[in-house]
Amino acid sequence: MTPNPFSLWVYLSQTPLLWLTVTLLVYATVDALSLATGRHPFANPVFHSMWIIAAFLLLTGTSYTTYFGGAQFVHFLLGPATVALAVPLYENRKIVAAAIVPMLVALVVGCAAAIVSVVLLAQAFGLPHGLVLSLAPKSVTAGVAMGISESLGADASLTAVAVVLTGIMGAIIVTPLMNRMGITDYRARGFAVGLASHGIGTARAFQVDAVAGVFAGIAMSLNALVTSLLVPLAVTLLVRG
Amino acid sequence: MIASLSLILLCQLAGEIFVRGFALPVPGPVVGMLLLVVLLLARDRFAFLALGPLRGGGVEAGAKGLLAHLSLLFVPAGVGVVQKLDLLAEHGLVIAAVLAISVVITLLATVATFLVVGRLMARKRATP
Repeated sequence: MTPNPFSLWVYLSQTPLLWLTVTLLVYATVDALSLATGRHPFANPVFHSMWIIAAFLLLTGTSYTTYFGGAQFVHFLLGPATVALAVPLYENRKIVAAAIVPMLVALVVGCAAAIVSVVLLAQAFGLPHGLVLSLAPKSVTAGVAMGISESLGADASLTAVAVVLTGIMGAIIVTPLMNRMGITDYRARGFAVGLASHGIGTARAFQVDAVAGVFAGIAMSLNALVTSLLVPLAVTLLVRG
Repeated sequence: MIASLSLILLCQLAGEIFVRGFALPVPGPVVGMLLLVVLLLARDRFAFLALGPLRGGGVEAGAKGLLAHLSLLFVPAGVGVVQKLDLLAEHGLVIAAVLAISVVITLLATVATFLVVGRLMARKRATP
């Protein structure tokens, strides 16, 4: 009548159902708490979901591969979500067109700053060569960064982790940093966080201001393009073999 | 909803085919996004295109639904940290410091460039 709870766990822990449910449930709970704090920067939903689920996997001895069997359905939506950025871009096309020159200049300068700073700092701190290469594309969205990393012969799964950490840090820092600097132009604030922290920064920008969100989304998409071109160049020029 | 999602996936698929076909160093979804913008603009100009999800704000609602929970989509990749614990035990603090400093530099460089160029353009327009 009552099944052995251990055999039930063995069965469930191998199914996508359990891990998809855990991902959505943890995120929904953390997101509700974040909303209750009035979207405080430190109540970042990605950060808290990430460590809670990671701790749960470690405690239950579940491999990441098994977890990803369920979580892949969520991960897959990163691509369609990038396409979906077309809609806010289309709806705000007038303010975007009006700021096209500052955007393009800031794109090139910001992208170069992101790559050069991380490569030089990583070398100055004495990180091994393979790690420096894996960190280089950290400001673009996960799928693109992993592709760049692979083409450099670096560790793509480490790149993915660096991408998410960069995203979380930018999303946490941007609001207090910009407020302290007295920057009130939400186009510039959004553009900066989308460029530095891709989708996680964009998600943060949409929480703060709709216009900031649009500019973050554009910065994230354009940066995916420019970073793919600049990282191989920067690596050739800056990385000591 | 299903029609909107199909249109979004179709744009992504077309983007992937385009990028692979021409061996471009650009992500497929970014091309898909440009394609969807072009479709939305074309719909406003040519009435015959306003059908299915392109009519009555269908694809707009679908896209906003997806974007409302953009943060969630990064959670599976973030949990990948469990595979890298030994590496993080060795270099974790340095990596965190490098990423944090780099993020602040990137944010400041981008926001400063955007504001300075914006101001220069406004001044140029004021004194022709």
